[in-house]
Amino acid sequence: MRKIVAVLIVVAALLPVAALAAAWQPTRPVEFVVAAGAGGGSDIFARTVQSIVVKYKLMPQPIVVLNKGGGSGAEGFVYVKSAAGDPHKMVFGTNNEWMLPLVAKVGWKYDELTPVAAMAFDEFLLWTRPNAPWKSAAEYVAAAKKRPGEIRMGGSQSKDTDETLTRMIEKAVGIKLMYIPFKSGGEAAVQLSGEHIDSNVNNPAENVGQWKGGKGTPLCVFSKSRLPAGPKVTATMGWSDIPTCKEQGIPIEEYKMPRDVFMPGGVPEGALAFYAQMFKKVSETPEWADYIAKTSQTGQYMGPAELKAFIKADEERGRQLFQEQGWLVK
Amino acid sequence: MLDNLPLLLNGFSLAVSPYNIMLMMVGVFLGILVGVLPGLGAPNGVTLLMPLTFGMNPVSAIILLTSMYWGALYGGSTTSILFNIPGEPSSVATTFDGHPMAKAGRATEALTTAFVASGFGALFGVVVVTILSSWATRFALRFSPVEYFSVFMLAFGSFVAFGGGSPIKALVSLGLGFSWASIGMDTVSGSMRLTYGFNELSRGINLLVVVIGLYGIAELCQTMQASPGTVQPVATRLSPREVLRAVLAMPRYWIALLRSACIGVWMGITPGGPTAATFMSYGVGRRFSKAGARFGTGEPQGLVSSETADQAAGSAAMLPMLALGLPSSATAAVLLGGLMIWGLTPGPALFAERPDFVWGLIASMYVSNAVCVIMALTTVPLFAAVLRAPFNITGPLIVIVCLVGAWTVGSNRTDIAMVLAFGAVGYFMSRLDYPVAPLVLAMVLGDRTEDAFRQSMILAKGSIWIFWSNPLAGTIITVALLCFALPGFTALWRLARRQFLPPPVASGR
Repeated sequence: MRKIVAVLIVVAALLPVAALAAAWQPTRPVEFVVAAGAGGGSDIFARTVQSIVVKYKLMPQPIVVLNKGGGSGAEGFVYVKSAAGDPHKMVFGTNNEWMLPLVAKVGWKYDELTPVAAMAFDEFLLWTRPNAPWKSAAEYVAAAKKRPGEIRMGGSQSKDTDETLTRMIEKAVGIKLMYIPFKSGGEAAVQLSGEHIDSNVNNPAENVGQWKGGKGTPLCVFSKSRLPAGPKVTATMGWSDIPTCKEQGIPIEEYKMPRDVFMPGGVPEGALAFYAQMFKKVSETPEWADYIAKTSQTGQYMGPAELKAFIKADEERGRQLFQEQGWLVK
Repeated sequence: MLDNLPLLLNGFSLAVSPYNIMLMMVGVFLGILVGVLPGLGAPNGVTLLMPLTFGMNPVSAIILLTSMYWGALYGGSTTSILFNIPGEPSSVATTFDGHPMAKAGRATEALTTAFVASGFGALFGVVVVTILSSWATRFALRFSPVEYFSVFMLAFGSFVAFGGGSPIKALVSLGLGFSWASIGMDTVSGSMRLTYGFNELSRGINLLVVVIGLYGIAELCQTMQASPGTVQPVATRLSPREVLRAVLAMPRYWIALLRSACIGVWMGITPGGPTAATFMSYGVGRRFSKAGARFGTGEPQGLVSSETADQAAGSAAMLPMLALGLPSSATAAVLLGGLMIWGLTPGPALFAERPDFVWGLIASMYVSNAVCVIMALTTVPLFAAVLRAPFNITGPLIVIVCLVGAWTVGSNRTDIAMVLAFGAVGYFMSRLDYPVAPLVLAMVLGDRTEDAFRQSMILAKGSIWIFWSNPLAGTIITVALLCFALPGFTALWRLARRQFLPPPVASGR
């Protein structure tokens, strides 16, 4: 009897190992936690991935999408962090996973989560209000030089991506802007079309509606090269007609926001490999290409190792900039 | 103005097909269901249904989802009236008079009144949307943080100042609400506030959790204390004739209906949102209605005030949502996300680019709200019958509804503990005669008011006079300040009259 028990124990102990060797598979429904509210950029990202995974049956288990966007996404990241070792939970976010802990007291450190994949990069553009006296980014900078602290720049909450970029612009060309934080980029877009602010640095999807309606114009894009040509957005202009900011004399090489996925710390290697592979497959589908085109993002897949290195470098850059701004949280 | 008419007619021809009407009925039915049943709520329901619509054409898709939204609003009123549990923050004001009516055995009347008032509000909102679409969009664009702050102050002023009871206690309640609203991430400074190192607090305190505790749980404690062990089921008349009688009584409230609909539309467009609209409308009604003194004790006009404004604001808010991309509620935010997935960009160009979609949606709002009222009215006897069940059955059920409702807000265990804690807070507040409503209003608007004020101060470099820098903001803020000053004036007036005039009736003893 004792022998049988012993054998059973050994078998039980070996089972997971054997299963791991065979290729890990999720055994329970998988939670896609969105570190943002319903309807925002991260939410659409996660739900698009979900619909593609379901359509192509890339996973044997169903997916549950949960919105945990409280505290600028802190809620979602903390939730996934506290599920250490659980390979059935992951969180969809942006660079706030490593930027937010630098500037706000939150309950996780950036290296406590496991990076799985980055799937797209959202572009940033400098937009200006309708009827603005400046017609190009160069003229905008010149105007700001003449009236330091008077040109109004709107964006999402303080110390977040938009203000970070604003401070980078200030530093790069030696100007001073008046930064007004709003709840979201969408709100800043509406304020721009109402001419209550002079400029913002929204993503394409956040401002394209205003641009189409003649209620805001793009001045330049913070990218190494111009955006891919597509159908014209307005009667005369398409995305590729927007100059890069570097062309316009703002020496910022590139500023992009990744759309990425993280798992809790301490998850099995096999699980990580399984999901990384799954997201790679997702990024190769026509539906994904369609999503990228509709939201004017740049599709670029990064696996776990690559993303980890990217985050390390980016966190370092952020830390340095925030140090200069005096934003680092003690 | 009239040039919208052909567009609307075209919209009707798109929206009113047998297929779309079927979608409306399905949507409304599901909506009422998720509104009444614990554990879903409109935003979750719409989110769940969303993936089904990706294959549909956008007009049908939005008809299905908005119908569900309308249905859920009606369902939310049902639980507010029957159990004092607001399913959505915007039906908090519905509990003020709706629940006392239900307790007095007038559940059928209360539900019917609420549904018909909602229907009227929605219809009024849609008519305004139809006539004023282009003007309203331009008007909404004039709102910078300065104007936002003025509108929020007006909402506070009209509700708080017109309320009865001790002003000091109202102020305490207001202050509590403000401090709870400021917990979590602060937009303007980008830092966490009042979290004391608790991760659970970093996401802030959800309004629905507070509301379920303060109203649902606290009410339950009150009921148990009132008559321990022997709470009698409420006798309610259930016949359809009763429903008909309540419907026929509606025209008597035409002033309340019109007034509330106007307030609702104003708050929907500006956009202060439906919840602020209900409070403002209720406050104004209490001050200016002849029945004002009876508000809060089961007065149908109080119910009419909040329900009409709620739906009028809800439908008028579709306008800023489509034309500016500004969601006015959690559900509207989900719908906006949907628009993008269907390949539509909300924004000023949407009206010109996709008139079929915009006007199809507006036309569908006429029809689906009619469907809503009819379907909701047929459910009245069914839901009212629930109150006939003995309390030892409904009591535990209410607890379950409250707890499940708290869980669905964010699938978070802490929220359940918080609901219970807020239940205790609500119980003691009402025992000690502190009004709960100012607290809720402060939580609804506190955060946005504060942001708007600080944004204005950044814009003005610290000068308070920016609020009088243009006629629009100046007028609104002045009216708001007058509202706040009103109780003071009234008190002064009474004092002066006592001082300088002989008492009106000399003691005749």
